[in-house]
Amino acid sequence: MDLENQKRVKDAVELYGAENVVVIIGASEAEAAGLAAETVTAGDPTFAGPLAGVELGLRVYHACEPEFKDEVNSDLYEEQISMMEMVLDVDEIISEMQTIRNEFCKFND
Amino acid sequence: MTNPVLKNASYILVHAPDMIVHNGTTATVEKKTNQNSEYLEKLRDSLRSYDEVVNYAPNQVFIGNRTPESLNDLAMPWYTQPVKGDRYGKFGEIMPQDEFICMMKISDVFDLVKLSQSFTTELKTKLANHKLFSENEINLLKEGEPEETILSLVVDHHSEGIYHDKKLVGCVKKAHDFDTNLNAHVMFENLVAKASGVLAVKHLMAQTDISFDEVEYVIECSEEACGDMNQRGGGNFAKAIAEGSGFLNATGSDTRGFCAGPTHALISAAALVKSGVYKNVVVVGGGATAKLGMNGKDHVKKGLPILEDVLGGFAVLVSGDDGISPVVNLSLVGRHTVGTGSSPQAVITALITQPLDKGGLKITDVDKYSVEMQNPDITKPAGAGDVPEANYKMIAALGVKRGELEKAELMNFVKKHGMPGFAPTQGHIPSGVPFIGFAIDQIKSSELSRVMIVGKGSLFLARMTNQFDGVSFVMEKNKSENVCAENSGYDESQVKRLIADAMRKLAENLTE
Repeated sequence: MDLENQKRVKDAVELYGAENVVVIIGASEAEAAGLAAETVTAGDPTFAGPLAGVELGLRVYHACEPEFKDEVNSDLYEEQISMMEMVLDVDEIISEMQTIRNEFCKFND
Repeated sequence: MTNPVLKNASYILVHAPDMIVHNGTTATVEKKTNQNSEYLEKLRDSLRSYDEVVNYAPNQVFIGNRTPESLNDLAMPWYTQPVKGDRYGKFGEIMPQDEFICMMKISDVFDLVKLSQSFTTELKTKLANHKLFSENEINLLKEGEPEETILSLVVDHHSEGIYHDKKLVGCVKKAHDFDTNLNAHVMFENLVAKASGVLAVKHLMAQTDISFDEVEYVIECSEEACGDMNQRGGGNFAKAIAEGSGFLNATGSDTRGFCAGPTHALISAAALVKSGVYKNVVVVGGGATAKLGMNGKDHVKKGLPILEDVLGGFAVLVSGDDGISPVVNLSLVGRHTVGTGSSPQAVITALITQPLDKGGLKITDVDKYSVEMQNPDITKPAGAGDVPEANYKMIAALGVKRGELEKAELMNFVKKHGMPGFAPTQGHIPSGVPFIGFAIDQIKSSELSRVMIVGKGSLFLARMTNQFDGVSFVMEKNKSENVCAENSGYDESQVKRLIADAMRKLAENLTE
């Protein structure tokens, strides 16, 4: 994850508390989505950014996961994201995200 | 008003293994932050030889010796499938590092580049065999400096070392004592951008019938900035490259837009030609040392060689209608506006379907799309996936949403209207422009009739805006009938002579 984005996530957690922050990821590859999810839960795996060694354990979802999709306006989702849903390997992304959440997320809800 | 045409395009690569280690940001940042890193230890052993780079199929496609589609016949990863390559191709060449170092010296008008005597002597002979270098240019190398002088400039005077085969063979001096925008590192990067731009122009002019004197304007569209502490991006690479290329009747300016820069520049060039402001405009982009080995850590970690080992460069000649070359249809220009939004769906709509709608065209009416043509051999192991394929899937998916394509046809569309990525990850270099050379040829031969060039840029990296950016244009078969076509047998000068003769005879009759 971009170092600047790591800083933004870290700042948001300090300001609002980890229990009040949800991270939504839009990466187009399962591997990239998983790395971003790992960064905001277990810490930066590259040990390069502000979240290196910081286990935030945040709730994290991909924009194509049902947990996010069911929460947003369906017309807006259709307009903004449905095209990408057709292109992405959604099953692979969901599986990767679930693996990371099961292992590192601190909020089991 | 004339129709602007894309007459010729050139593409060059420069093998730059020592620059990966000494000038690429991934390696230089690692040296600063983690001197004993495993990556730096393994880096040297992960570099490819010049022959390996020449025999690498995507590089042969880039310089025009193979078609992009030929990569479909090679199993990936392509670096494990060497082909028989040539240094020179239809569109340009793959220059070895030592010769390019000489180009940096030849391109330097402030005596900042110093090369050692032994290196200079050896390379003068080598460069004399290059058909695009004149004796005058080779004489600019002068005699070289003693090796102790070079070493002292690097060790004691903050010069940036120039290395070849792990040896210090020269340096770039700082151009000011305090100005960070003129320090040796920045001057090195800028001279590389200039020299590689000049090399691309050399190959462009070798292909065309337009003379050097007929070029009136140059637009440079790399991602570097030249200037001093009072005007960081003051410019102007374009005029510097015009001077280095011998365009005595040209001026120029720099256009920037991250990776979208070249497409912005080509649209501007086409508009300048169409309006009649200039007759012949050269659009040129040189290479970036900073991006050498950019994803090197991922490559080395996975046991791959460093595949980002070449600088890229390109040049395109935009001229008035010659009746043959593909036309830039300026009524089908797409643009990502401030109000477009950043979702992929919004971006693709703005860049692909909005311009097509202006011409009443469907997504399938464009034969080929040239998008972000990054080589997937490089991007996949770095976790970025197959970038061109993702772009083609997005275009196809939008076609499905618009009812112009069946969902089951999605992957067929990708194959038919797309192509495998083959360009090095040099930012602006892979963005839209790599296919223009092939498009010119294939549209001329009627293999294709319409090609869309799409450039996208990540403006947010400069922290001035969160905006994404992109522009697109369409190249079409030339259907002009009222133009003096090269092969039509119509000789404009002969017609003028006949009219002049007739007028003279009329005048003589009147006076009699």
